[in-house]
Amino acid sequence: MVASGAMAAVGAIATAWPFINNLNPAADTLALSTVEVNVKAIAVGQAITVKWRGKPVFIRHRTPEEIKEAEQVKLADLPDPETDNARVVDTAKKVRPEWLIVIGVCTHLGCVPLGTKQGDPRGDYNGWFCPCHGSQYDTSGRIRKGPAPKNLAVPEYLFTSDTLVKIG
Amino acid sequence: MASSHGAPPVFNNKVIAWIDHRLPIFSYIEKEYHTFPTPRNFNYFWNFGAIATVMLLLMIVTGIVLATNYTPHATMAFDSVERIMRDVPSGWLIRYMHMTGASFFFIGVYIHIFRGLYYGSYKAPRELLWILGVLILLLMMATAFMGYVLPWGQMSFWGATVITNLFSAIPVVGDSIVTWLWGGFSVDNPTLNRFFALHYLLPFIIVAVVALHVVALHVHGSNNPLGIDPKGPQDTVPFHPYYTMKDGFGVICFMIVYAAFVFFAPNFLGDVANYVPADPLVTPTHIVPEWYFLPFYAILRAIPDKLGGVIAMFGAIAVLFVLPWLDTSRVRSCTFRPIYKWFVLVLVVVLFLLGWCGANPPEGFFVPLSRICTAYYFFHFLILLPVLGKIERPLPLPPSIADAVLKKKAG
Ligand code: HEM
Ligand code: FES
Repeated sequence: MVASGAMAAVGAIATAWPFINNLNPAADTLALSTVEVNVKAIAVGQAITVKWRGKPVFIRHRTPEEIKEAEQVKLADLPDPETDNARVVDTAKKVRPEWLIVIGVCTHLGCVPLGTKQGDPRGDYNGWFCPCHGSQYDTSGRIRKGPAPKNLAVPEYLFTSDTLVKIG
Repeated sequence: MASSHGAPPVFNNKVIAWIDHRLPIFSYIEKEYHTFPTPRNFNYFWNFGAIATVMLLLMIVTGIVLATNYTPHATMAFDSVERIMRDVPSGWLIRYMHMTGASFFFIGVYIHIFRGLYYGSYKAPRELLWILGVLILLLMMATAFMGYVLPWGQMSFWGATVITNLFSAIPVVGDSIVTWLWGGFSVDNPTLNRFFALHYLLPFIIVAVVALHVVALHVHGSNNPLGIDPKGPQDTVPFHPYYTMKDGFGVICFMIVYAAFVFFAPNFLGDVANYVPADPLVTPTHIVPEWYFLPFYAILRAIPDKLGGVIAMFGAIAVLFVLPWLDTSRVRSCTFRPIYKWFVLVLVVVLFLLGWCGANPPEGFFVPLSRICTAYYFFHFLILLPVLGKIERPLPLPPSIADAVLKKKAG
């Protein structure tokens, strides 16, 4: 009795799995996973948005002041402590402080923060400001204030030359 | 055909009698909708169950007709809705009926719920009836949310993004759940496809739960404005023709207001940003859900912590499930609860204030206001209700419904 009941339960779970798994991303969705960007035209102090996996990615050419500001923050002041250096390194382990590349999706509920376009509000920490519920990010894309719990995510990327970056 | 209270009906028509002998649907209709003894003292609040049923059927009919012209694809959905509006014969009317119908469905159901709160209809022996009602509300919310995504405008897209991201607040597995809900790495075509499939399905599940709701209702019969049980035939009237006519009248009045909106102000309750096609790279400056979600959205934003906000928002509905056990008073109707009566009205005011907060950006004075109102909402259910039931002194209940009604008539 118990054995056949257990078998039935195992069978039910095994049958349910394909139905649940069916809703996961399909192979072609997973395949859309890299974009290559030429960053030559981005002047110091400017930023652009590119689309990757259906999401915006911000590429910012940081000014020396922005880099300094990001490096001087005490880790204890950060809700999600991370050094600036750890956020500007590519998959070949090369640190390029002038290039900040982050996924432009607020870690609160997924809006696109403002601050990439010229003239956008950039919040109290000079990075990005999310209009949805007021999260504020610094010049390293780290969360400083508001309901978002985490820093803007850094995607995997690789500089294949000084001006070409492959994201994903 | 003749019948009286309790006795099984006799059908004179041979065909009906033949069928009924094998499948007693006619006896059922006779018993549940004709002779069914119904308290004689209903006020107009008792119309809203019938109104909600009519709206549900109207949503299904208009929805199926819309689906014959709608294309659930990220690159075509917006244009297919515009085509329904401009090129498809009567398409604009069907769509406006569906769009405005969702709002009026919620208006009807919210009034229906208020009726239950004020007259204590959730108390024994109607707890399950109430719980099924809350379940219907949840299913309606899910249906309306997914329906709003279908036209694939800016609010569709960003509303879907914000709401699905709520699940990322769940520790550890949150992000995988969100990817699973989306079927990708952002709200995109797979999301739209599955939302369409579910938007088509859920209303029929609602129909099934409504059927259970009505079965549960007909076990002990309706509550009434006095909140006391009928004690005999002098307290009730047969459902037909008394309440079929009164419900019909109520439905017609409601439909007049609804039709006025459909024809003269179809976009009054909606958001213009949804007439801009979805753009995954630009968030509209001010994201707001449809009006019927605003109080819950305000509760979400009132808590300055992501997981906390999500818990509070779902908690606001969850408390309704246990309401029958939170209220410790033995008197049902607020007519006889001199203190609680006012607090129910305060709760309604607080819900309107929360809606107002939800419609505005979370800045300045809306921040403290939404926090105070959120705190009050939970205070009402979790503290006030259990305590007040113990200390409040109810007014004396009338001996019977007939007694109260006739006394009032006599002046
Ligand atoms: C509980 C009942 C229902 C509710 C509350 C509901 C709600 C909604 C809402 C709020 C919209 C968005 C309207 C807009 O802004 O354009 C919508 C769209 C839509 N619904 Fe429903 N719906 C219901 C039942 C159904 C059913 C049964 C179908 C059948 C397939 C359906 C098919 C559609 C279609 C095709 C659209 C997209 C066209 C449009 O946006 O006007 N709905 N629904
Ligand atoms: S989504 Fe950015 S603050 Fe809520």
